[in-house]
Amino acid sequence: MTAPLHDTPADADPTADVAPAVDAGVKKVEGRSLKQIAWNRLKRDKVALAGGITVIVLVLVAVFAPLIVSLLGHPPNEFHQEELEDLTNLPKGAFGGMSWDFLFGVEPNKGRDIFSRIVYGARISLLVAFLAAVVAVVLGTFFGIIAGYFGGWVDALISRVMDVLLSFPQLLFVISLVSVLPDDLLGLTGSGVRIAVLILVIGFFGWPYVGRIVRGQTLSLREREYVEAARSLGGGQRHILFRELLPNLVAPITVYATLMIPTNILTEAALSFLGAGVRPPTASWGGMLRDALATYEHDPMFMVFPGLAIFVTVLAFNLFGDGLRDALDPKGTR
Amino acid sequence: MAGTPHKGVPATAGPRTVLAYLIRRLIAVVIMVLVVLLATFTVFFMLPKWAGQDIAVLFAGKSSGAEQLAGIRIKLGLDDPLLVQFWDFVKGIPMGRDYANGADVTHCPAPCFGYSFRTEAPVWETLKDALPVTAALAAGACVLWLVAGVATGVLSALKRGTIWDRSAMITALAGVSLPVFFTGMIAMGLFVHTLGWVHIEDTLTTEDPINVWFETLILPWIVLAFLNAAMYARLTRATMLEVLGEDYIRTARAKGLGEAVVIRRHALRSAMTPILTVFGLDLGVLMGGAVLTESTFNLPGLGLEAVKAISTKDLPVILGVTLCASLAIALANLVVDLLYAVIDPRVRLG
Repeated sequence: MTAPLHDTPADADPTADVAPAVDAGVKKVEGRSLKQIAWNRLKRDKVALAGGITVIVLVLVAVFAPLIVSLLGHPPNEFHQEELEDLTNLPKGAFGGMSWDFLFGVEPNKGRDIFSRIVYGARISLLVAFLAAVVAVVLGTFFGIIAGYFGGWVDALISRVMDVLLSFPQLLFVISLVSVLPDDLLGLTGSGVRIAVLILVIGFFGWPYVGRIVRGQTLSLREREYVEAARSLGGGQRHILFRELLPNLVAPITVYATLMIPTNILTEAALSFLGAGVRPPTASWGGMLRDALATYEHDPMFMVFPGLAIFVTVLAFNLFGDGLRDALDPKGTR
Repeated sequence: MAGTPHKGVPATAGPRTVLAYLIRRLIAVVIMVLVVLLATFTVFFMLPKWAGQDIAVLFAGKSSGAEQLAGIRIKLGLDDPLLVQFWDFVKGIPMGRDYANGADVTHCPAPCFGYSFRTEAPVWETLKDALPVTAALAAGACVLWLVAGVATGVLSALKRGTIWDRSAMITALAGVSLPVFFTGMIAMGLFVHTLGWVHIEDTLTTEDPINVWFETLILPWIVLAFLNAAMYARLTRATMLEVLGEDYIRTARAKGLGEAVVIRRHALRSAMTPILTVFGLDLGVLMGGAVLTESTFNLPGLGLEAVKAISTKDLPVILGVTLCASLAIALANLVVDLLYAVIDPRVRLG
C-alpha cells in the first residue's frame, strides 16, 4: 500500500530529494512515537490484521498465477468439452462440475476451468485497482496541495474542476468511451489497450476524491508554525510544498489510497460486467459474472466463485483500510 | 468531515436572497451540464474521427456507397467544426432542428436529441420511456437506503458494543464489499426463479398499473439500497458517536431533556450534515448503480438503453442518455444543497 506514495513526488521536480523524506513517513507517519503507536494499535486489531494477511495472500496469488494454475488447474483458456453434458452444454456432476481435477468446477458452454480463471482474474483486478489508485493519488495530491496552498483563483479553478468531475455520470461515460476507442492505441494491442484505458480512466475519475482531502488538510496545515518557520528561513515554495507539507499529508493519503483500492476493484468488475473491461478471452471476475448472468437459470453455481472472489478481496482491503485509519487517527476515538 | 460546501455568506436569508441563490445555482447547473455534454460530444463525434473511423459508416453500415455516405455526412453536418456541430445539437433541444441535404429535409421537432442510428426512432421517444423507470428505481432506492442506513447507524451508535451493534456493522461491512450485480443475481435467482415470489416485467410503461411497477422494482430497490444503506449505516454510526461526545449534548442532558429529544433534536440533526454531504457526492455513484441494477434485472431504464446503445455504437442515444443523467445529477445536487439550509441552521444561502 506504500507504492503510490513513492510515486507521489515523481510528479514534482525534486524527485531525488524528496524520496527519503517520504520514505520515512510511509512506515506509519509523523514522528517516531506515533509510528510505533500506530503499529502497536494495528497489531492488536485482529480484524485488520486478518484483512492485511488476506490482501498479501491475494497479491501472492496474482503474482504467482501461472505457477498456481500449473500445479492445481488447467490453462485458463483451454476448453474442456468432455466435462460438459452433450445436449445442454452444462457441467457434468453436481455443483457446477466441482471435482479434484476442477476445484471450482467448469464453465457452462465452454468448459473452461473456473479455478484457473479466478486465479488469473486476480491479476487484472489487482493490477487495475492498484495502478488506478496510484494515478488518482498522484494527480489528487498534486492538485490538492496546490489548490490548498495557493488559494485564490488557482483554488477556485481546481475546485470547480473537481466538482464537475465528481458529478459526472462516470460509469456511463467510461463505458461509452471504451466502446469508441480503437483496438490499437499507442502501440498496445488487445487487452493491453483496455487495461491501460481502465487504469487511466478509473484513476482520472478518482483523483478529485483524493484532491478534496489533500486540499482540506493543506488549508489547515499551511497556517501551522512550522510552515511559517520554513518560510521565514527562506524556504522556497517547492521546498515548503513537497518537503514540509507533503510528509504531513502521508497519513491521510495512505489511508485514502488503501480504501480506494476496493472501490476501484468494484469499478473494474462493474465495467467488465457491462462488457467494457478487458476483452475476452482474458479472464476477469466481472466478465465471468457477465457470462454467468446469461446462463445462471440453468447453472447457478457459475456465478458463485467470481462473486465470492470480488467479495473477499474487497472485504479484505476494507478491513485493512479501516484498521489502518483507526491506527493512524491521532485522536483514536473512532 | 468534509464540511459544508458553502462559502456561507452570513446574510439574513429572505425570499429574495433565496431566489437569487436559486437562479445563480441554476445557471451553474446549466453550465455544468454543458461541460459534461461537450466532453461526451467530443468523445463520441471526434474520437472516432481522429482514430480514422467514419461516423457516416457507423450510421449507414459498411456496405453503403461513397455517394450515400457523403449525403449522410452533409445531412448530419459531420464535416462541420466541433463547436458548430455541438451548437447545432444544443440548439435542437429547445428549438427543434432540420437535417437537410439539399431538397432532402428531415424535421426533428423539439425537444430534438436526434435520431437513433439503429432504430431511426427519435431519441427523445426512447428517453421519455426509459426516464420514469430509472427515476422510480433511483428515488425508491434512495428513500430505502437513507431510512434503513440512518436508522441502523443511530441504533448501533446508541447500543455501542452490543451484539446488535456488532452484527449490524458486520452486515454493513459485507454490504459495502458486495458488487450490486452479484447481490442482484443472487436475489433474482432466489426470489424470481427458485421461489417464484415476485415476477419481473421486461417492459414498464407509465400505463402499467402501480402494482406492476412495485412488483418489478421491489427487488432492484432492495438490492441497490442494500449496498448504500450499508455505507450510510457505517457513516451515521461514526458521526453519531462523535456528536454524542460533544459538550452541547451533555448540556442538553443536564438541563433535563428526555433522551429521545436529545437524540432526535440535538444529536441526529447535526449528524445529518456530513451524511448529506456524502449523499450529494454519491449521486453520480447512484446513477452508476442504477445502470448496473438495470443491466442485471433487465429493467428498461436509461442505463439499459445506454448499455444497448453502446454495444451497437448508437451515438445519438448515448449522448441523450448522458445528458439526462448529468442533468439529473446536477439538479439533485441543487436539492441537496437546499436541504443543508433546512437541516443546519448555521448555513445561510449566500
